[in-house]
Amino acid sequence: MNIFNVIKEIEKVDPEVFERLDPRRNVFKHFAGFGKKLAATAVPLAFGSMLNKAYAQTGSNTAIVEVLNFALTLEYLESEFYKQAVIAAPAVGANAAAQGALTLIRDHEAQHVAFLRTTITSLQGTPVTFTAANFDYTARGAFADVFTNYGTMLAVAQAFEDTGVRAYKGQAGNLVASNAVLQAALQIHSVEARHAAHIRRMRRDVPTIAAPVKPWITLKDRGGLPAATQPIYDGEELTTQATVNIIMNANGINITAEAASEAFDEPLTKDQVLAIVTPFIR
Amino acid sequence: MAKNTTPVPEKDTLQELNNPLNRRSFLRYTGAGVAVSALLLAGCDDDDDSMPNTSGSVNLGTGDVGILNYAYALEQLEAAFYTQVVAHTAFSTTFPSALERSILTDIRNHEVAHREFFKAAIPAASRIQDLTPNFSAVNFSDRASVLATAKTFEDLGVAAYNGAGKLFTDTGNGLTYLTLAGKIVSVEARHAAEIRDLISNGDFAKGDSGIIAGRMIVDSNGLDVALMPSEVLQRAQPFIKETIVATGLPTQ
Repeated sequence: MNIFNVIKEIEKVDPEVFERLDPRRNVFKHFAGFGKKLAATAVPLAFGSMLNKAYAQTGSNTAIVEVLNFALTLEYLESEFYKQAVIAAPAVGANAAAQGALTLIRDHEAQHVAFLRTTITSLQGTPVTFTAANFDYTARGAFADVFTNYGTMLAVAQAFEDTGVRAYKGQAGNLVASNAVLQAALQIHSVEARHAAHIRRMRRDVPTIAAPVKPWITLKDRGGLPAATQPIYDGEELTTQATVNIIMNANGINITAEAASEAFDEPLTKDQVLAIVTPFIR
Repeated sequence: MAKNTTPVPEKDTLQELNNPLNRRSFLRYTGAGVAVSALLLAGCDDDDDSMPNTSGSVNLGTGDVGILNYAYALEQLEAAFYTQVVAHTAFSTTFPSALERSILTDIRNHEVAHREFFKAAIPAASRIQDLTPNFSAVNFSDRASVLATAKTFEDLGVAAYNGAGKLFTDTGNGLTYLTLAGKIVSVEARHAAEIRDLISNGDFAKGDSGIIAGRMIVDSNGLDVALMPSEVLQRAQPFIKETIVATGLPTQ
């Protein structure tokens, strides 16, 4: 998550957010040369200070803080999940490599939580705090044994990661006003995709799970996840991009509908993402 | 200026005047962005420096189409590589695992799909020629050599898209291309993760970037690598016989 969605949500309560962030007008000009430094700088801090410059002196941060707190809620959802998953992993039979992977992903999600908390605090807001008790990782029973069955645990992880990758897309247009933020968001987005690929590989490689999935999404196949997760995959079956039909034979190499869909990941709207995560929140 | 109560240091002002970013502001404020893109797409760009030439150099061209040509060049390289991997007579002995063969075949198909997509999407008049790959440094009968090269290409591909997204124009076709690039880059990242896991399980989002000495592929801020075209091409050039000229591409 989810700089894309944060800014898009802020836009709903403050239609002038891009004016505030626009480097050619006021606030953002203080970040001249910012983009070059960003790779070596903490994006959380950079983003936080950017919003702070945009809003700290406006005196009406309440709505903005609400948006950020909503984003923070979603980050907690993921972060708390991986915390519990790491703890439960040895007991449900995850090997050392799997435990290492879950720990790595947990750390990334925790960084996102810290980032949003810092940002909210810098706006004189009060960040929400959630614990595991606030979330229902069984998703109203759809994943009843989420932390006692390794297969279910990885299924939920896949649901979160594939959703995360898709949630980022399509929001890029909301960030073009700032090259620095757009690039940072892309850099985070590809890390989410790496997570997604690895979780899918884990589901495939554990003999007792042996999920029929690849690291990429085939058509709208949910890879053995419960039917309730189908909205995570609907729309992925696209085989035409910008009017180009990807199903083709290219010099003897046959690109099937499956391959055509795998070669492109598709975006989800924010409402679609909300519908997906709502069952996980108490 | 006299009324400006927050004086800007002269140096910054000069920098801003010289800043290529103003190209984008100009297009935005004049509303010309869409029109310019449309002209390029219609092939009305009479700048013929993106056409193949006989001296062995290929100029990617300018503007959004230049960026598309840049992506097309990289996808050509990747598609040619995996096509050769899969077609190699030693493929089934180099990769005795049927699962690994199916993964590499999938990736080949995706890269061919990407290449053909760009080929169809870029107007012929502006499109670069078919490039000639140079894989003389790759031992196609050696699993480690193939996977090391694949890792380089995939990580480089991710870094290229991550760095190029901001170079598209902010409106119209530029935005469309940005969205399409976003649909492709996550697939490249999935490839990169899987190839890294084939080399060493668990390295999907950690370890040496392999493309920048001493740098991790995901840094301590959770960020993947982003590189500008000149940096990417410097690393890709040894694998391409033609000299790629990227001097016309946007730099900001």
